[in-house]
Amino acid sequence: MGRIIRHVILGFALLLAVSIAFTPAAQAAKEVKIGFSMALTGPLGPAGKAALLAMEIWRDDVNAKGGLLGRKVKLVYYDDQTKPANVPGIYAKLLDVDKVDFIVSGYGTNLIVPALPIAMERGMVFMGLFGLDANAKFKYNNYFQIMPAGPDPIVDWSVGFFELAAKQKPRPKTIALLSADSEFARNAVNGARRNAKKYGFKVVYDQRYPFPGTSDFTPILRAVKAANPDLFYVGSYPGGSVGIVKAAHEIGLEPKLFGGGMVGLQYTAIQMNLGKLLNGITNYWFWAPEKTLKFPGIEAFLAKYQKEAPKQKLDPLGYYLPPFAYAYVQVLGQAIEATKSFDQAKIGAYIRNNTHSTVVGNVKFGKNGEWATSRTFQVQLQDITSNKMSEFSKEGKMVVLYPEEFKSGNLIYPYAKGK
Amino acid sequence: MLSFEFILNALVAGLLLGGFYAALSAGLSLSFGLLDVVNIAHPAFILFGSYLTFYVNEHFGVDPIIAGLVFAVPAYFVGVAVYRIYYNSFEKTGAESLRGLVFFFGLFFLIEVILIITFGVDYRLVRAFYIGKSTSIGPVGIAFRLFVPFLVGGILATVLYLFLTKTFFGRAIMGVAQDSLAVQLMGVDPIRIKTVAFGIGIATAVIAGSLLIIIGPVEPTIGREYIGRVFAVTVLGGLGSMTGTLVGALILGVAESFTSSFFGPSWALAVSFGILLICLAVRPSGLFGR
Repeated sequence: MGRIIRHVILGFALLLAVSIAFTPAAQAAKEVKIGFSMALTGPLGPAGKAALLAMEIWRDDVNAKGGLLGRKVKLVYYDDQTKPANVPGIYAKLLDVDKVDFIVSGYGTNLIVPALPIAMERGMVFMGLFGLDANAKFKYNNYFQIMPAGPDPIVDWSVGFFELAAKQKPRPKTIALLSADSEFARNAVNGARRNAKKYGFKVVYDQRYPFPGTSDFTPILRAVKAANPDLFYVGSYPGGSVGIVKAAHEIGLEPKLFGGGMVGLQYTAIQMNLGKLLNGITNYWFWAPEKTLKFPGIEAFLAKYQKEAPKQKLDPLGYYLPPFAYAYVQVLGQAIEATKSFDQAKIGAYIRNNTHSTVVGNVKFGKNGEWATSRTFQVQLQDITSNKMSEFSKEGKMVVLYPEEFKSGNLIYPYAKGK
Repeated sequence: MLSFEFILNALVAGLLLGGFYAALSAGLSLSFGLLDVVNIAHPAFILFGSYLTFYVNEHFGVDPIIAGLVFAVPAYFVGVAVYRIYYNSFEKTGAESLRGLVFFFGLFFLIEVILIITFGVDYRLVRAFYIGKSTSIGPVGIAFRLFVPFLVGGILATVLYLFLTKTFFGRAIMGVAQDSLAVQLMGVDPIRIKTVAFGIGIATAVIAGSLLIIIGPVEPTIGREYIGRVFAVTVLGGLGSMTGTLVGALILGVAESFTSSFFGPSWALAVSFGILLICLAVRPSGLFGR
């Protein structure tokens, strides 16, 4: 009788152990949780959702190979609505309520800066997604930013535009600067202002326009035209970029070099709408289907992205942000695997001291967690003949002019000739 | 820099922008100015019109203006339904002041979410033969992308003005705005009148939406940018005055354009709202308000 009771108790104990092992709590303990805020709505929503898809592709790729150190990856995220004020609360919740193991940033400078003090306070590694000099004031050594702006991002961001301008004969003399009134665009144009001084171009127009809140750019561009600059450097967000390109065509504004820091011209929907109006514009770019930019894994990633993006009504080509959104979590994953640890300090040290092979090429971080050397491409849009999407997935349409190492064609100068 | 040509171009650009603002604000002038319904969701209806226009332009190549005019008809009935809900839930019980405002706030966010789910968060634009083209009259350059919304906005405000002043129904709306009880004593149902007027307001919002997407790209939350501006135009012009709405819109448009041209664009909004504040201090009922 005692033997039977012992067997029954043993049976119950085994049953209990098995059921505990398979409870959600036990499963969750085996996951590596990566938490972040992301702009899923608001002005940066289109790019933010595309970034999220890229991160989900990375998660699925990693989990298909068994996860990180044997633990499956789980992404925990909240929509920050492109509002910096929402960000601190989201990260506090991620760390204190969701108990995530790692945090990475949302998309864009304005959304990274409010999260950085929290990462610093908790001593956590903080991967940044497209922050322009976000760490300049904090100087946090475990912050690493994936946008290839370079060690002095504000200046390096636009240096290619000025290098190209300085090589032209006769050498341009004057420049107009226009930026959206927001942190990113202001930073971009601050850098352009310093470069203008360094390269000896005289600034003949230097203004900011309200963002959001500018419906028509015609009066602004007429003022630029009246200043008659040789170069026109613009730091703008997507809605503004479209308005500026259209207004420039409508009033016949033809500086010798036009573009620089216009966000949105890299988005497929905007490219398809503007079509031929894009010809001749020289602007920053991060990736294009050029022969010089075929990094390992990029095409496999884009194939997965382009299969899923139309279903989610996202940018169908995804050349701008998605590869970098994949890469910034790829770096974190590689560091966890290499250190065989979840220790923030060890992972931070590994990311800081090594070169990382990613879908956006080799990444080495330097001062303030920015890329050790700048790799912001200057691309000129050339030979666009239609508004079809296929036009923008071909080689030779977004010609890389700078840096020299990745050059895939020559600048058509002046802008009017390339139009 | 201060050439006559430059000043003239700044003036024309301001007038074109003002015409567009008039189109955005005309419907609100009806609902807020005349009916005292604080329809904070008005910009969301404008954006809804933009997305409907985008859909038929993208899939069937329909001209944005035609799309706006066609969709104005079902939008009228949507407006009628919204007002019925608002009236029965809030106005009838005298709870319209705060709860009614919350209702329209809720409606605003609901429309945004519907747009996000249906169309995604990507920027949407339309194509039309006149977008991207421009012409010159003497030294003045005119972009069709801005001239078409100006023209439609001007026609819209004029038609509404004639409707309100020359037709029985229009006068009845004005009557309800002035003294609802007096209109009721004359055998007119003020609720029916208000329902029709609100429906017309939403129909004009949808037409304005088709103009918005002609001018530039839209995304589901862009309506928030216009809340301040449409209320500013309505208040500056004077509550209940369609002439005031048109004049107020043109003043703000010209003020923005001149500020952008001569003092720098970063001052444009501050100057516009500064004008509104000065006007309200000097003439609290607005330029044409009674």
